[in-house]
Amino acid sequence: MADEYILEMNHITKMYGSNAVLKDVSLKIRPGEIHALLGENGAGKSTLMNVLFGMPVIHTTGGFEGEVLFNGSPVSISSPIDAMDKGIGMVHQEFMLIPGFSVTDNIKLNREIARPWPISKILGRDLEFLDREAMARDARNALDDVGMNIEEYTLVSGLPVGHMQFIEIAREIDKTGMKLLVFDEPTAVLTESEAQQLLEVMKSIAAKGIAIIFITHRLDEVMNAADSVTILRDGQLVSTFPKKETSPAQLAAQMIGRSSESVIQIQKRDTEVEDRPVMRIRKLWVNMPGEVDKGIDLDVREGEILGIGGLAGQGKIGIPNGVMGLYEAIGEVEFEGKKLPLGDAGTVLKAGLAMVSEDRRGIGLLLDQSIENNIVFTAMQVNGDFMKGFLHQKDTRKIRKYAEEMIRELDIRCTSPAQPTGTLSGGNQQKVCVARALAMNPKFLFVSEPTRGIDIGAKHLVLETLVRLNREKGMTIVMVSSELQELRSICDRIAIVAEGKVVDILKTDASDTAFGLAMSGVRSEEGGCA
Amino acid sequence: MGEQNKIKAHLEKYVVTYLFIALSILFIVTSGLDINYVASQLLLRLNRNAFIVLALIIPIIAGMGINFAITIGAMAAQIGLLLVISWGITGLPGILLAGLITLPLGSFFGFLIGKLLNKMKGQETIGSLILGYFANGAYQLLFLFIFGSVIPLNSNVTIVGASGVQNTLNLTGSVGLYTAVDSIAHIPFLLAVYLGCGVLAAASVIQFVRKAITAKRLAVGLIIAAVIAGIFSIPSIAAVVNGTHGRELKLPLVTWLLILGLCLFNSTIMRTRLGQKFRAVGQNQTVANASGIDVDRTRIIAIMISTVLAGWGQILFMQSEGIGTFQTYAAHEQVGLYAGAAILVGGASIDRATNLQALVGTFLFHSLFITAQSAASAMFGNSAVGEYFRAFLSYGVIAVALIMYAWRGAKQKKASQINLAEEAAKA
Repeated sequence: MADEYILEMNHITKMYGSNAVLKDVSLKIRPGEIHALLGENGAGKSTLMNVLFGMPVIHTTGGFEGEVLFNGSPVSISSPIDAMDKGIGMVHQEFMLIPGFSVTDNIKLNREIARPWPISKILGRDLEFLDREAMARDARNALDDVGMNIEEYTLVSGLPVGHMQFIEIAREIDKTGMKLLVFDEPTAVLTESEAQQLLEVMKSIAAKGIAIIFITHRLDEVMNAADSVTILRDGQLVSTFPKKETSPAQLAAQMIGRSSESVIQIQKRDTEVEDRPVMRIRKLWVNMPGEVDKGIDLDVREGEILGIGGLAGQGKIGIPNGVMGLYEAIGEVEFEGKKLPLGDAGTVLKAGLAMVSEDRRGIGLLLDQSIENNIVFTAMQVNGDFMKGFLHQKDTRKIRKYAEEMIRELDIRCTSPAQPTGTLSGGNQQKVCVARALAMNPKFLFVSEPTRGIDIGAKHLVLETLVRLNREKGMTIVMVSSELQELRSICDRIAIVAEGKVVDILKTDASDTAFGLAMSGVRSEEGGCA
Repeated sequence: MGEQNKIKAHLEKYVVTYLFIALSILFIVTSGLDINYVASQLLLRLNRNAFIVLALIIPIIAGMGINFAITIGAMAAQIGLLLVISWGITGLPGILLAGLITLPLGSFFGFLIGKLLNKMKGQETIGSLILGYFANGAYQLLFLFIFGSVIPLNSNVTIVGASGVQNTLNLTGSVGLYTAVDSIAHIPFLLAVYLGCGVLAAASVIQFVRKAITAKRLAVGLIIAAVIAGIFSIPSIAAVVNGTHGRELKLPLVTWLLILGLCLFNSTIMRTRLGQKFRAVGQNQTVANASGIDVDRTRIIAIMISTVLAGWGQILFMQSEGIGTFQTYAAHEQVGLYAGAAILVGGASIDRATNLQALVGTFLFHSLFITAQSAASAMFGNSAVGEYFRAFLSYGVIAVALIMYAWRGAKQKKASQINLAEEAAKA
C-alpha cells in the first residue's frame, strides 16, 4: 500500500505573513497518472508547486505546515536541485533553454556525459572531457521519445517556439529516475496540432509509469488527457475526482465558485444601459509582454461600467494599455465616432480618455513627488490646467486647493498634500492614481486592476468611488480586474478575455459555469446574452 | 538573399577589424618605415603581449565581459618579480619562482575580484576597470610603505634612506632576468611559418581521418596552409623576414610554445564539463542556475584562471627583449587597457572571443601602435599627434565595442518581440 501514491501532499498550509495562500490542501498522485491541477490566478497552484520544489521563496518566508510524502516516505525538499535529484522535474512555462547551445547541449545541460583522464582525477570532475557522441545518442533517444525529428545538433535559437517546449520535455525525460513531472501551462504557446502532439507525448510518458501534474486552464485538454482533476480556489481544495465523473461545465463552475456574497452592495441600475456605443474596438492587436491581444472586438456603451475579466496573461490588461497608447498596438479604435490614433498617449488623453494603470508604482505614480504634484501632473502637461500667467507657471494655490478637495473626497490618508506618494500605503496610492485620472476631467475612464494589493477598506472606497463617478457624472468606465466577484458587484456587463480575444460578454448574474467556460476560451450556451 | 545577409552580418561583426586593417596598411605606407623594421617590431610586440591578451578569453566566454582587472594579475606577478630580485635569484629559476609566487597570489586576488564582480552582475566590464584603478592605490601603499619596512627586502631594491621600493629596477646584468625565457632558444621566423603550415596540414588530415571534421573543413585547412606557405615562398616577402635585407626575424621558441600552449589550454578547457559551465553561465545565468550549475562559483573560477594567466603573461612581458627594466609603479598600468583594446580589434566582443581573434587583434593593434608616431609626423609634421592617437585608439575601440554590444542587445530584444503587423496579417 505504501507505494500506491508516488506523491502525497497532506494538509499543506502556507502563510505569507498573516495571509494564508494555501489552506489545508492535499494532493495525491499515483504513478503513471496524469493529474490536472485547475484554478484561477491566485488560487494557490503556483504556491503548491513552489512547496513541492522547495523553492527559496517558501523557505525564506517561514516554510509551510503539513507533510510531503514521496515514494511512500516523508521527505523534506530543500531546493529545486534537491527535487531534481529525487526525481521531480518541471517543464517550465517560460523556456529554460540556452539559445546559443545545440539541442543536445541543452538536453544534457549540467548532466553531461564525460570521460575522466589523469588530471581530472586529481583536480575534479569539472575537468573531464565531454563525450559528445554519447551525449548526442542520449539526446536522440529522448527526442525520439517525444516524437521530434529535429536534428540533435541544431542550435535552439533557430527553432520555432513550439519545438522548444518539446526539447524541455525531452530534457526532463532524459533524466534517469524521473518519477514525477510537472507541466506548467505547456500548451500556452503551441499551435493546435502541436498541442495535440504534446498531449499524446504526455500520455506516452505516463504510460511508462511517470506521474504527471498538468497545470492548465484549457478544459478540453483536461478532458482529453487527464485521469483525475484537482481544483483549487482561494488557496483551498475545492474538490478532487476522477475525470470520468466530471464534465467541463462542472469543472468551470467549481473553478469560479461564488465565494459568499458580493464585495460591496451597490444599488443596481433600474433599466439596462442603452446600446449606444461610445467606443468601438475592432481587430485590436496589442504587443504588451505577457498580456498580448490578438484581435479584440469590443463595443463600450455610453454611460455603462463594463468589466473585463479573464485569467492572468490572457490579454485583458493589454486592452486599456493598447488603447491608451502605452504599448505598441494595431487595429481600429473609435471614440465618439472619431478614430483614435494608436500609440499616441497625448492625443488620446486630450480626447477625454483617462486611465488608472495596473502598474501603480511603475507608471502610475512619481513616487518621490508630492501627492498634489502627482494629482495634477497629467492635467498640467496635457491640458495646460493649473497654470497661471503668460509664463505658464504652476498655480500652486489652485493645485493645493484641488488636491485638498480630492484628498477629502477620496479619503486619502496622508499628513499633507505635500507628502511624497512613495510613503503612502498601497490603497492610498491607488486613490491618488484615481484622483490624477479625475483631474483630467475624463469622459471615459479605464481602470486596470484597481484593487490589486490593497486592503479591504480601501477596496470598498475605490469601488464605491467608481460607481459614484459613473452614476453622478455619467462617466463611462471600463474596469479590468482579475477578481470576478468584484466585477460582478459593480459592472453592468462583463467581457471575458482568453488567449488575446474576447470570448464572451456576460451579464453579471450569468452562471459560474458560463464564466468558467469563457475563461478557458469556450463560449457557453447561455453566453452572448449581454 | 541569405548569402547577402551572411556577408552583412559578417561585416557588422568585424567592422572594427576591417577598419584597423585598412588603417594599418595606410599607416605602414605613409610612415615610410622600413618594412623589415616594422615586421621585427611587430614580432617583438606579439612575443610580449599575446599571452596577456589570450588570458582575457575565458571570462568573456563566462559572460563577464572584458576583464580589465587583469591589471591586478600583473600586480601579483610584479610582487613575485620583486621578491625574486630581492632574493637575488637569477635567470630561468628566478622567472619560474616568480611564476610560482604568482599562482597563489593571483588565485587569491582573482577570488576576491570574482566575489566582487558577482555582486555587480551586468556591469563587470566597468567594475573590473575601476577595480584595477583601486588596486593600483593598494599596490602603491604596499610597495611604498609595507615592502622594506614590514616585509624585509634586500637593500639594493629599496630607496636609499627610506622605506619603499625603488622607482625602477634593472632586470639586466647581474639580476639576470632579462630575456630569461626568450633567449632559451630561437628559430628563424620563416622556418616557424613552414613548420606551422605543416602542423596545420597534418592536424587537418589526422582530424579528417578520425572523422572529427568534414571534407570541406579538411580542404579549407589544407588550402590555408598552402596559401600561407606559398606567400612566404615569394622571394620578395621572404626577403623581408629572412635577413636578406636588414635583420633576420627570429621567434623565441619557448615563449611561443607557451603562447600556443595557452591557446590549446583555452580551447581544451572548453571541451570539459567546466568549459560547458562557462558557456552556459555566459549565455544565460537563469537557465544555468535552474539546471543546478553554481553560477557564482563558475564565474569566480573563470576570473581566477584569467588573473593567474595574466600574471604569467606579465612575467613574459617583463623579461622580453627590449624591456630590460621594471617600472615598479607603472608597469601594470596600461595592461588591461591595451589587452582589452587588442582583443576587441581582433573582432571579439563583450560576450564572444576566440584564440584567433586575440592573436589577430594583438597583431593589428600593435601594428598601428608602432607606425602611428611616424605616420603622424609624415602626415601632420608633428609626432606628438601620434602619441595622442594611440590613447584615442585604445579608448575609442573599447567605447565602440561597448556601444555595439548595447546596440546589438537592443536589436535582439526587438527581434524577440512579436511582429504585430505580421501576426495580425496571418490571422
